[in-house]
Amino acid sequence: MNKIIEARFIGPDVKLFRIEAPKIAEKRKAGQFVIIRVNDTGERLPLTIADSDTSAGTITIIVQGIGASTKMLNTLNAGDYIHDVVGPLGKASHIENFGTAVSIGGGVGTAIAFPTAKALKEAGNHVISIIGGRSKEFVILEEEMKQVADEVYPTTDDGSYGYHGFVTQKLEELLKSGRKIDFVLAIGPIPMMAAVAKTTQPYNIQTVVSLNPVMVDGTGMCGGCRAYVDNKPVFVCVDGPEFDAHKVDFKILMQRNKMYLPQEKESIEHFNHVCNYDKMYDAEAKKTNHEVTHG
Amino acid sequence: MADLTTKERYKIERHSMPEQDALARSRNFEEVNLGYTFEIAMEEAERCIRCKNPVCVAGCPVAVKIPDFIKMIAEGKFEEAASILKEDNALPAVCGRVCPQEEQCEAVCVVGKKGRPVAIGYLERFAADWERNNVKIIEPKIPAKTGKKVAVVGGGPAGLSCAGDLIQLGHEVTVFEALHEIGGVLIYGIPEFRLPKEIVKAEVESLSKLGVNFVTNYVIGLTETIEELKARFDAIFIGVGAGLPYFLNIPGEQLNGVYSANEFLTRVNLMKAYDFPNNPTPMLDVVGKTVAVFGGGNTAMDAVRTSLRLGAERAIICYRRTEQEMPARVEEIHHAKEEGVEFKLLVAPLEFIGDEDGWLRKVKLQQMELGEPDSSGRRRPVPIDGAIETIDITAAIIAIGNGSNPIISQTTPELIVNKWGNIIVNEGNMKTNMMGVFAGGDIVTGGATVILAMGAGRTAAKAIDDFLKNPESW
Ligand SMILES: Cc1cc2nc3c(=O)[nH]c(=O)nc-3n(C[C@H](O)[C@H](O)[C@H](O)COP(=O)(O)OP(=O)(O)OC[C@H]3O[C@@H](n4cnc5c(N)ncnc54)[C@H](O)[C@@H]3O)c2cc1C
Ligand SMILES: Cc1cc2nc3c(=O)[nH]c(=O)nc-3n(C[C@H](O)[C@H](O)[C@H](O)COP(=O)(O)OP(=O)(O)OC[C@H]3O[C@@H](n4cnc5c(N)ncnc54)[C@H](O)[C@@H]3O)c2cc1C
Ligand code: SF4
Ligand code: SF4
Ligand code: FES
Repeated sequence: MNKIIEARFIGPDVKLFRIEAPKIAEKRKAGQFVIIRVNDTGERLPLTIADSDTSAGTITIIVQGIGASTKMLNTLNAGDYIHDVVGPLGKASHIENFGTAVSIGGGVGTAIAFPTAKALKEAGNHVISIIGGRSKEFVILEEEMKQVADEVYPTTDDGSYGYHGFVTQKLEELLKSGRKIDFVLAIGPIPMMAAVAKTTQPYNIQTVVSLNPVMVDGTGMCGGCRAYVDNKPVFVCVDGPEFDAHKVDFKILMQRNKMYLPQEKESIEHFNHVCNYDKMYDAEAKKTNHEVTHG
Repeated sequence: MADLTTKERYKIERHSMPEQDALARSRNFEEVNLGYTFEIAMEEAERCIRCKNPVCVAGCPVAVKIPDFIKMIAEGKFEEAASILKEDNALPAVCGRVCPQEEQCEAVCVVGKKGRPVAIGYLERFAADWERNNVKIIEPKIPAKTGKKVAVVGGGPAGLSCAGDLIQLGHEVTVFEALHEIGGVLIYGIPEFRLPKEIVKAEVESLSKLGVNFVTNYVIGLTETIEELKARFDAIFIGVGAGLPYFLNIPGEQLNGVYSANEFLTRVNLMKAYDFPNNPTPMLDVVGKTVAVFGGGNTAMDAVRTSLRLGAERAIICYRRTEQEMPARVEEIHHAKEEGVEFKLLVAPLEFIGDEDGWLRKVKLQQMELGEPDSSGRRRPVPIDGAIETIDITAAIIAIGNGSNPIISQTTPELIVNKWGNIIVNEGNMKTNMMGVFAGGDIVTGGATVILAMGAGRTAAKAIDDFLKNPESW
């Protein structure tokens, strides 16, 4: 059981949690993740460790509520407990002084890119951060990124904030302007990562992506997280999660992530049902209490 | 029963195991074998001729005092029977259910020379179950504390048996487990219908009562390294199992619907995907569909029988040799057949074929025939030219074994492993090349059996005790 110290929404359906996990806080490196279970029947959810505070013994995770399990997690608040937290899992990011490094985050991918951007800065890189979102409210962690990056460019698909266009268009603009870029890290939706890989390929820039396949154990035991890199299977949880973007088969990754679509739908319906039931029950309970205290 | 003569004992027929009806059970997750009643158990126990030189004991990897515990059952002293068992076997309720008895204790039983052997496994299970269900107050003998601390890495049978012995020797024991539940393969691999999880939980609880400290969600190598553990503990036992599934390396393995047996069984057993969405971990819908399982071991039998229970219309074992060479327990093969599992023998998969969206649809199978014996002495299957068949399937489950998990070896460069990643130990005492670090179970031998893993845990516990008493002896 791990206590939630702080919980707040930082974007639509995107919630930041600071959780007590001293051992993980002490050990974790940029690029690693934890697996959590919200309750005792919970799914095992992989989530990147966005930050840590060794003196407070806490780690930070940032969660986008997209399905039943993440939405359930996002109903928790400071003072609540998460049933299981295990980690740090996966390999740490490979960090060195490349020169100029661009960190690209799309949506909640910005949270996953954040720790690596920070580490790249600490290693002496000139760090450029591109933060993409559909519209203004989906651009997250801009302030935090400004603390660790030399340049920060928010982009929105609809032009409601920052640069009007996709992250790849901003990247292309930087490349065309003749900026020397030595390293690119891209994390976000699979089509975005695939597009970044395509953008940097002709320039021969070392490009790394962090993959997000469906996982179970996160320790190499099940092989469910396998992805194909250089036409060979890899187990993302132990061999990754970061890989050479120019070698990843994004089509297979995308296809495999659709494996449970029908079940995910059923799961969210079940969640909504249970949730509404709980609300009804709570309302009922309040009414009863009311009557008891005043009756 | 009055004292029987040996001749009279030989006349008693082996008692079969009462079991759930095959059709009914093939659709539920309840245990297949129902267990002997005490009348049956006492009668079966009379079949043992109480050999002066009991060869069965030599057939058991942990040398359970077989005639002694069986005699107690014959006399109706079930609690005594259980305590004799526990002197050599920390998990008799588990071993009675999952040991390959036909290759071990029962294979050599003298009674089996003329008829069928004494049902040692069923009797072992009976005594252990009886104790669990009837003896409420377990008074653990609290041994004098030695003040020494031992870390056990991995909560599978190897780790549990090592922990059980060490705690009784008075050492302080902490078990670190990566998953959120203790038990290893007993929890995530072997299904409920063969080994109810409640039994594993009861065993873990009794170790807890003895004072073993269990820490779940803790991956040694990542949360804390072996090197760091060495600073906090006087000795370490590594029992992390095999657990890195092999794939076939044929085209189409990336398709949706292709699983390793580990993933398939973990989703169903550990994560309870059969009770979706109450348990939110999903599983591919196989209701009314065809599932093909590749392999012929216990894992393959567990996966194929689980598929039936999830509602598959056809569940097929595809194995490249013949039934004779199948490594699975005879009882599992027999049960699978009774439940309606189809066996396709002498076939090897060539390719998985999917639709344009990446979903598995078919598998192409190559017919084989047996050729010359190979290095294992078994006749090697060779392809028959042109004999290729394609069948429609929705799910494929690959159960061809496990390699060793890389987390410990990658994070412990000093530890010597062989080219397959198995930790190298001195067989007599399970010592690794690192002082104070011992290892045993599947991580040393590669995928083997529960009883061998437990035997290794026990050998290590003894060696650890010796080492703690006299560290200079290393
Ligand atoms: C290494 C890694 C790091 C991640 N870091 C973050 C993070 O920091 N913040 C964040 O919001 N998300 C992160 N994710 C994604 C997150 O794990 C999924 O969004 C979450 O599991 C979805 O669960 P759900 O039940 O809410 O949604 P569902 O409706 O079940 O699924 C929605 C989609 O999420 C993916 N998914 C579903 N189940 C799993 C699973 N068990 N493991 C992985 N993916 C799954 C699938 O693509 C699926 O289509 C990470 C994933 C990985 C593999
Ligand atoms: C499906 C299946 C069916 C089987 N059926 C039978 C049968 O009928 N009869 C039989 O005798 N044998 C059977 N076996 C084989 C038997 O289960 C194994 O040989 C036995 O479990 C090995 O025990 P172990 O303790 O070495 O490892 P495991 O049981 O694998 O346990 C190892 C434990 O260590 C944990 N771990 C791994 N890495 C770490 C780490 N870095 N830090 C912390 N913890 C870690 C794992 O999560 C696991 O819980 C079967 C195996 C499978 C997979
Ligand atoms: S532990 Fe296994 S091999 Fe030994 S007596 Fe029991 S069933 Fe037989
Ligand atoms: S060999 Fe068979 S008959 Fe002899 S003691 Fe063992 S179980 Fe009894
Ligand atoms: S999640 Fe099971 S092997 Fe990676």
